[in-house]
This record gives sequence, C-alpha cells and structure tokens, in this order.
Amino acid sequence: MSGVELTQAEKRTFDRTQRKARRTALLFVAPLLLFIVVSFVLPIGTMLFRSVYHPAVAELIPATLQKLKAWDETSNTIPEPDALQVFAGELKTLVENKTFGKLAEEINRSSPGASSLIKSTARKMSRLDDAELQSKGDQALLDAGKQWSNPNLWRSIKKAGNVFTGAYYLTAVDMERNGEGRVVSRKTQIYTDLYVKSLKIALYITLLTGLIGFPLAYYLANAPERTANVLMVFVLLPFWTSLLVRTTAWMALLQTNGVINSVLQSLHIISEPLELLYTQFSTIIAMTHILLPFMILPLYSVMKGIDPSYFRAALSLGAKPIPAFMRIYLPMTTPGFSAGALLVFIISIGYYITPALVGGVDGQMISNLIAFHMQSSNNWELAAALGSLLLVLILAMYWLYDRLVGVSNLKLG
Amino acid sequence: MKRFAQIAALSLAATTLPALAEQMTVVSFGGAYGDVQQKSMLEPFMEKTGNKLLFESYSGGVAELKSQVESGNILWDVIDMEVIDVERACSEGLLEEFPMDTLPPGDDGTPAKDDFSPAALENPCGVAQIVWTILYAYNTETIGGGHPSSMADFFDTKKFPGKRALRKRPQVNMEWALLADGVPADKVYDMLTTEEGQARAFAKLDSIKNDIVWFDSWSQAPQLLNDGGAVMVQSANGRFFDAIQKDKKPFVMVWDGHVYDLDVWSIVKGSKHKKLAEDFIRFATGSKPLAAMPSIAYGPTRQSSYAYVDKDLVSKLPSAHLDEGMHASSVFWADYGESLGEKFNEWLLK
Repeated sequence: MSGVELTQAEKRTFDRTQRKARRTALLFVAPLLLFIVVSFVLPIGTMLFRSVYHPAVAELIPATLQKLKAWDETSNTIPEPDALQVFAGELKTLVENKTFGKLAEEINRSSPGASSLIKSTARKMSRLDDAELQSKGDQALLDAGKQWSNPNLWRSIKKAGNVFTGAYYLTAVDMERNGEGRVVSRKTQIYTDLYVKSLKIALYITLLTGLIGFPLAYYLANAPERTANVLMVFVLLPFWTSLLVRTTAWMALLQTNGVINSVLQSLHIISEPLELLYTQFSTIIAMTHILLPFMILPLYSVMKGIDPSYFRAALSLGAKPIPAFMRIYLPMTTPGFSAGALLVFIISIGYYITPALVGGVDGQMISNLIAFHMQSSNNWELAAALGSLLLVLILAMYWLYDRLVGVSNLKLG
Repeated sequence: MKRFAQIAALSLAATTLPALAEQMTVVSFGGAYGDVQQKSMLEPFMEKTGNKLLFESYSGGVAELKSQVESGNILWDVIDMEVIDVERACSEGLLEEFPMDTLPPGDDGTPAKDDFSPAALENPCGVAQIVWTILYAYNTETIGGGHPSSMADFFDTKKFPGKRALRKRPQVNMEWALLADGVPADKVYDMLTTEEGQARAFAKLDSIKNDIVWFDSWSQAPQLLNDGGAVMVQSANGRFFDAIQKDKKPFVMVWDGHVYDLDVWSIVKGSKHKKLAEDFIRFATGSKPLAAMPSIAYGPTRQSSYAYVDKDLVSKLPSAHLDEGMHASSVFWADYGESLGEKFNEWLLK
C-alpha cells in the first residue's frame, strides 16, 4: 500500500470534475460530430441500405407473393391458377391506385419487355368485375399475353418480391442468378472490367503526379525562400482555380482544332490533327494536372523538414551522391510521398466530372456509370451497389497500403 | 405573453391567408427553344393572370424529378419533358394526371379532342405541345466532295470520311443503324425486340465506331459541327435551324431517317400549385401560344395553330417530312431502354 489514498468524497469530486471536463470537450466537438453524422455517416448508411433493401414490389403485390411462396420456381411450370387469380385481382387494384406502372418498371428490370405487357394486362384486368376475376382471373391473365405462360416471367416476379436482395451486388460484379438459382456470369459484362480500368487509370495518375511532383517539390524545398514563394504561387494558383475551368482549358487545348493540334500542324510536325480529346489519354493528362498539388504539397512540407546536414554527412563520409540520395534522402521523404500518393489515388478513383467531359468513351471510369444509373437509367439501387463496392475497394486499398507502408507513416503537412 | 400570442396569431394568419398572386416554377430545355416558350407562353400568362412564373432550364431525364418527389421536397411545378421520359415518369407515379377534358377548344372553335393530333393526348400525364425530330446535319465547308442525303450515307465512311457525332445513348442510334442497314421504318422496332435485331444494329454501329464522337447534350451538337469536331452531327432539328437562321451557319439538314417525337408539358406529383399549373398548361397549349413554336422549326400539336403560322415555315417543320422519317416509340423504350442501355454501355467499352 502506498501512502496517499483518496477518500471516497475526494474521489467523487474528482470524477465529477472529470465528467464535466469531458462534457465540455464533447460540447466543443459536437457541431463537428453532428456535421459528420449528417453529411457523411447518414448518406453512406442510406446508400448501403438502399443497395440491399428493396420493398417496392413486396408492397405492391403482397398477396400474390404470399401465394407464390408455394410455387416451386425450379420446376418448368407456371404457378397454380389461384395464384394467378390473386395476381389478376391485385393488378386491378394497382390500376385503381395508379401504381401499376411502378410494378411494370420493377419487373421490367429483370425481364426486358415486361413493362408494356404488365401495363396492358393490368388495364385489361381493370375492366373485369371482381366476381369474374375470382372465377376466371387466371384464364383472363393467360389470354392477355402469351408471356404469362412463361415460367421465367413468374420467376422474375417472385425474385423482385424479395424485400432484401443481393441481386444488385451480383449485377455490379457482372453476375446473376439463373432460373435454378445458381450464380452465373451475365451476358452483359461491364462493371468488373471498368473497376479494373478505373484502378489502372488511378494508378497511372498517381505515378505521373509522383514523377512530376517529386523533383518540383525537391526544388521548391531547397530553393531560396523568395524563389520558392513565387513558384509556390504557380502551384497553388491552378489549385484555387475552379475544377471546371481547368477541365475546359484542357478541352480547348486538346480538341481536334485546338491549341496543341494547331501548333503541331503549323510547325508541319503532323499533317492530320491528332485524336487527343475524348480518349483515356486526355482523362489521364487532365486529371494529373488537376491532382498535382495534392502530391506536391505533402511532399514539399516533408522535404522542408528534412535537415540537409544528413545528406551532407553521408557525402562527407564518402557516399557517392546517387546512393546517398537513394539511401538517405529518399527514405525520409516517404511519409510525404505516401500521403500524396494515397490522396491522389483515392481522389482519382472516384473522379467523375473530368472523365465525363474529356474522357469520351475510352476514358470513362466506374464513377461515370454510377452517375449514369443515378441520372439516366434511374436504377438507384444498382448505383448504390456499385458505389458501395467502390467504397469497399478503396477501403481494401487503404488496408493493403497500411500493411505495406504503414498509415502512421503519413504526413499531410 | 399575451402580446406574443397576438403576434403569433397575426403572423400565422398572414401566412395562411389566400395569396393573391402565386409563384410557380416552370422547367424546360434552355436555348432558343426556352426563349420562345418564355416569350409566347410564360410572359403572356403572367400578364394575363398576375402570377409570377420562375423559368428554369434542365437537360432532360427523370433523375431530378424523381429525387424531388421521393424526398417530398418539390421545387418544380410544370416541366417540359420528352415523351420517352413522360411514359416512365407517369407510370412510376412521379407526375400528376392532367384532366384532358378541360382543354379549351382551338381559336377556330374546334373542340380540343379533334384539334390536337391524337398522339398529343395519349399520355394521361401531360399535354404534348410540339413535334420535333432528331436528324443529322452536315457542314458544307468541312464535308469535302459530295453531299450526304440518306441515312446510309451517315454510315458510309468510305464515301464521306470524317467523324460523326452522336448523342451517347441507345435511343435513336439503334433505330438509325437498322434504317441504314436497309430495314424499313415500320419494321425497326419489331426487329429491335429480338436478340438478332439488336445484334444487327450494334454490328452496323460497329462499322463506324472508330469514327464516332459522343456527346451528352443537344447544345454540344451545333458546336461540334461548327468547329470541325465532326462532319456529320445528330441533333434536334430546332438546334440546327436556329444556327442556320440566326448565325448563318453553312449547315444542311438531312431529313432521311429522322426520328420524330413529341414534347409534353406535365405537372410534378405533389406540386403545391396544381391548379395554377393546370391553368398554365391550358394556356400554353392554346392555338396562339403554340403558333410561336415554328419560329424555331418545331411543329405545334394542334391544327388550329397553323392558321397563324407563316406558310414558308410550315415546309420546314418535321410535319412536312413525316414520310421520310419514323415515330419514336415510347412504349418500346420503356420496355427496352434499360436493358439496351446496359448493352450499349458494354458495347461502348469493348
């Protein structure tokens, strides 16, 4: 037992002041926490949820789905007549509520062509009275279109009725579940290739910014202060300029009759204009330019902190300049380089505006297809699944990076 | 406390009092098209009723509309939409249904039902106002020798070397590919519902794939034609017409294989100004306001408007070229838009 021991009362006072201090501290960070929750955690959570939660069809035709439970979809038959009758009845209700289009849209997603069939059938069912629907609803349904005798359509309906589904994730990796429920690859192959391509483009950009940024940062860090400050403005000025302005500038430079082609042609280096805009090349070059400051700034701040005497000491101890640079100086810049690389890589893999404007078809990245499903095809669930996969991919890269380099090695400024 | 309650009650009364003038937002495509709508539809309506209309532009599609309706935060009231989008938006419950029987008769007294072309009132969620079309045009200064005159010429890179610019989506491009491949216009959609037909269209597009420049918005099209980015460019006929008429550009429109469609005024589901929005649509689709649209080469959907239209303009409207083109099928695209969209993306990336 050591000499000094707190009394119960003293301990309580101490705890109380501690609690109070913690509450005050929490109060200070509360706005930030709230901001993070509202602007970051909630949207991402909603996105993750949206990619698997899909109640639309289950809400539209609950009784039919109940009946379909008994139907064995692996058999090559259509559901029992009473299930068909229930479905015909529900279609009539959907017409009355004007929600049959929603059902048509949902089923059409897995059975292209079903949209017009469901809409026209629903209109036909709405003309029958309830007694007719109950007795002859199944026949009326089968008469409305020969597609209704196809078990595949019923499989789609049953599948779309699942409230929780992994189907969008399967689509996002170019797979699907076939009639027997086995996972097979889809006929249309888009997304996996595009993920790989996006990774590749991001990697090229990271390497390019490193190659261009390293010598420049080195020069900035070692130049006299006056020169360094002036040059720094040249790094920061584009950084402060709007992204769109810089992208548009690249369009003006790269287009068929743009600055670069005109100059090369007037110098008679080329006779036909080069195809520069709307290619992967233009995506990479424009994004390298735009992301360069993210590489230079961390590198510069780290290099600024490296004591030049280490390098001099190595030289004076007899090391040749190049090995001395490689073994003494370079390792010390790693924190800056890895921070810059991580920033550039993560930002570029989710980039969207620049590829959309200058990339054409060739220079598209996965984010452009996510935007496509948000804006054009209206398939928000698939967009959410693609987005979630992108998030996982970035987290995986981060983990890999942590294993290889170590995150504690980061230095941002 | 009493005073506070009084103020509260007063201010509450002030906000719930029936407003004399309403403020409503109308959304349409910008450019020359929007200017004409502003002058012939919005301004006269504001003058007549004393209400204030805000006019915004968008680039089409249903994404913005969907997010407004789903979040319950309705910022738009009336939208100008392409029929393909209306078909989808209406069936997904994103639009209000329009009471067609309240449409006023034409200025010559013809009841609305007989005055409008039947297709204009087909969709319950909106009233079509114009017939427009998608065709291609070339620039006489950059095309070189001969002059393209058919859809087959658009796909003939031997006869007409150079880039072609198309909008990056399957719509219209799939139709064009089959038309150029010799499929008659009335068989195009039947063919496109089959795997073989789709494969045939993609094969035809493949033959010019390396010569295509893709763009995303109609406004980019005249630009591409002007600065030599492409020698033949797809766009809405009004865009070319405007460039030829106003900016005196040496563009020539080719009517063969054009794909015409309607544009519709509709009301966002849950609009707070539904009554006013209906009033506006009834006004905007009247004989006189519609008669202003031909000034940018879009044809009015009601017969009685033509009495006000300059005879010279009538021959420049899509309606004068109907037998050279085909009608875009919104039903087909509601069925196959999504699956063909995916196949189209795959084909693009191959």
